[in-house]
Amino acid sequence: MIVKLLSGDTPRSKMLSAVLLLILFGLLFAPFLFPGTRPLDTAARICIFIVLVASYDLLLGYTGVVSFAHTMFFGIGAYGTALALVNMGPSYSAIALGTVCGALVAGAFAFVIALFSLRVKAIFFAMMTLAVASAFLVLISQLSGFTGGEDGLTYRIPREMTPAFKLVNEKVLGVRINGKLITYYAVFFSSLCLFLILLRMVNSPFGRVLQAIRENAFRAEAIGYKVVRYRSVATILSAVMAALAGSLMAIWLRYTGPATTLSMDIMVDILLMVVIGGMGSMYGAVIGAVLFLLTQSYLQNLLGFLQESLGNLPIISEVVSPERWLLWLGILFICSIYWFPKGITGRLRGT
Amino acid sequence: MSDSLIKPRIERPPLSQVIEAKAPLFLVPVLMLIGLFAIGSGSTWLTLTAAGLAMGMMIFIMASGLTVIFGLMDVINFGHGAFISLGAFAGFTILGLLGGWIASPSIAMNLGAVLLAVVFAMLVTGLAGYGFERLIVKPVYGQHLKQILVTMGGLVVTQQLIYVIWGPDEIVLARPAAFQGSFVVLGAAIEKYRVLAIVIGLALFVAMRLVLNRTRIGLLVRAGVQNGEMVEALGYPIQKLFLAVFMAGCALAGLGGVMWGLYQETITAHMGAEVMISVFIVVIIGGLGSIEGCFIGAMLVGLLTNYTGFLIPKLALVSTILLMGAVLMWRPQGLYPVVKAH
Repeated sequence: MIVKLLSGDTPRSKMLSAVLLLILFGLLFAPFLFPGTRPLDTAARICIFIVLVASYDLLLGYTGVVSFAHTMFFGIGAYGTALALVNMGPSYSAIALGTVCGALVAGAFAFVIALFSLRVKAIFFAMMTLAVASAFLVLISQLSGFTGGEDGLTYRIPREMTPAFKLVNEKVLGVRINGKLITYYAVFFSSLCLFLILLRMVNSPFGRVLQAIRENAFRAEAIGYKVVRYRSVATILSAVMAALAGSLMAIWLRYTGPATTLSMDIMVDILLMVVIGGMGSMYGAVIGAVLFLLTQSYLQNLLGFLQESLGNLPIISEVVSPERWLLWLGILFICSIYWFPKGITGRLRGT
Repeated sequence: MSDSLIKPRIERPPLSQVIEAKAPLFLVPVLMLIGLFAIGSGSTWLTLTAAGLAMGMMIFIMASGLTVIFGLMDVINFGHGAFISLGAFAGFTILGLLGGWIASPSIAMNLGAVLLAVVFAMLVTGLAGYGFERLIVKPVYGQHLKQILVTMGGLVVTQQLIYVIWGPDEIVLARPAAFQGSFVVLGAAIEKYRVLAIVIGLALFVAMRLVLNRTRIGLLVRAGVQNGEMVEALGYPIQKLFLAVFMAGCALAGLGGVMWGLYQETITAHMGAEVMISVFIVVIIGGLGSIEGCFIGAMLVGLLTNYTGFLIPKLALVSTILLMGAVLMWRPQGLYPVVKAH
């Protein structure tokens, strides 16, 4: 049954299975294993980013298309849910409507972009999406009457999902069972479902065609698959998935703004996660997202420690300063493209 | 046989084809005219046009390097923006050291300071370009996907290195005294610095065209754009040519960075990545690899940004995206598609 659930795409390596199981159980019992607000927040972010990064991998790793508009779709989903909650008040129907609308709009946008630019070279598509996504970011930041501008939107979600709501009065294993916990599990299980759906997609005949296109678009066309059509569908599916991840983010944070959903920094983060985790494997997205988000929180501590122990050597101490964690991940990113293009997942699988 | 020589007959292309080929040249004047009607006031229009042309020239300086590198090597450097920032920081370091020269009212000293800053910035970015090409770009020639990813990684690392060297704060520096303030022409205020930017941009455009069309190295570059393998087969070291062009392109980014920094009077490590959006739009509009197209595209984007910035401020950047969409509907490869031999 597990094999069926994973769509036949098992980790195929003991090390990888162990790591993935560790992550799964870590996230499943996160509220009990790591009590406190911040660890729970990190865990929820990891869940959401796994979906976001996996949906990006569908495009980059499986289809071989580089897009820089992924945060735009993520943002459309988040803003869809946020706007529905702001305008309709905190209700489940608002969440449902916002999520569906966000996903539809993201799909439509992806369709238009694909129509314009997928026929030509990869480079062209990358530049085009970068320009469109940046313009979208600026537009959202400036339409302050509608989207809250730079400040973003703050809103309330249904009462059962807030910390004020208590399901059980006593603590269970030292943890309060409140609305926040319910929201966490909603996010966790939604992310798990979305991830399994993505896994199903890439292991379907459709996914095989995408990989064929990645390996040799010309040959795929010659066999009789319409390359442009397949690429467009992949772009749209990945955009819809990103929008759904965005809705989860909007519900979890109870805030949506340009910095948390649309900014180019997040785009770069996603890129780093996919490549370091391993392109062309959904499990790479899991490992990349976990590693990156943990690094973001904890590499800084390590670097801070290094900086203190090195004393004040002029340049070295600047290089290991805690704010420069991205420098090290950037270097790791470049190295992994050269020397292990299948990322950490590929290493663990021993390929 | 000798009495029936066959004369080659050269057919003149019909007028419609001539117009079709030259059509991009009319775009800039047409846009200016539309702007004049939309804005209504002549003096406002003149101010905005000067601002737009200056902005276009600066974008052209930054974009020209990118487009030539693409034309010759089939590489789009997503890290180009890092060189813009790097140039700005290097230039501002010199300007900071020459504080006395900048503050003095003498134009000669002002110009000297700016010139020194520009030369230093171009040296720094040119050398950085050498390292970038050897370490980051060279291993992935011909592989587009990896190129995009790896140059993006180069952008992140270079930005972080700028933070390491110059610290995380933005640097604010006033323009040299001679380039502050504005001229008044026909009732329209035109900033002096913008005139300088237009002059430098035009000079660069003319110089680039001369180098590409009249010199031996330009001949090699143009031949390389059309068919690199053939150039190599004829015994020219194409790898060295790649490297030289890459360094020159990065140095141009550095020049653009100093100019843009002086225009904004504030520089951050992210400024390059931000202005790259306009640069990409310009390069796509012009046709990847084409200098002339890049120039026209830059003018269009500069003018349109300023006109819409005045008329509907919120849509300034979106309007350039729409312009890009319109141009691509008309010519899917950009205004001047570059012809490749293979």
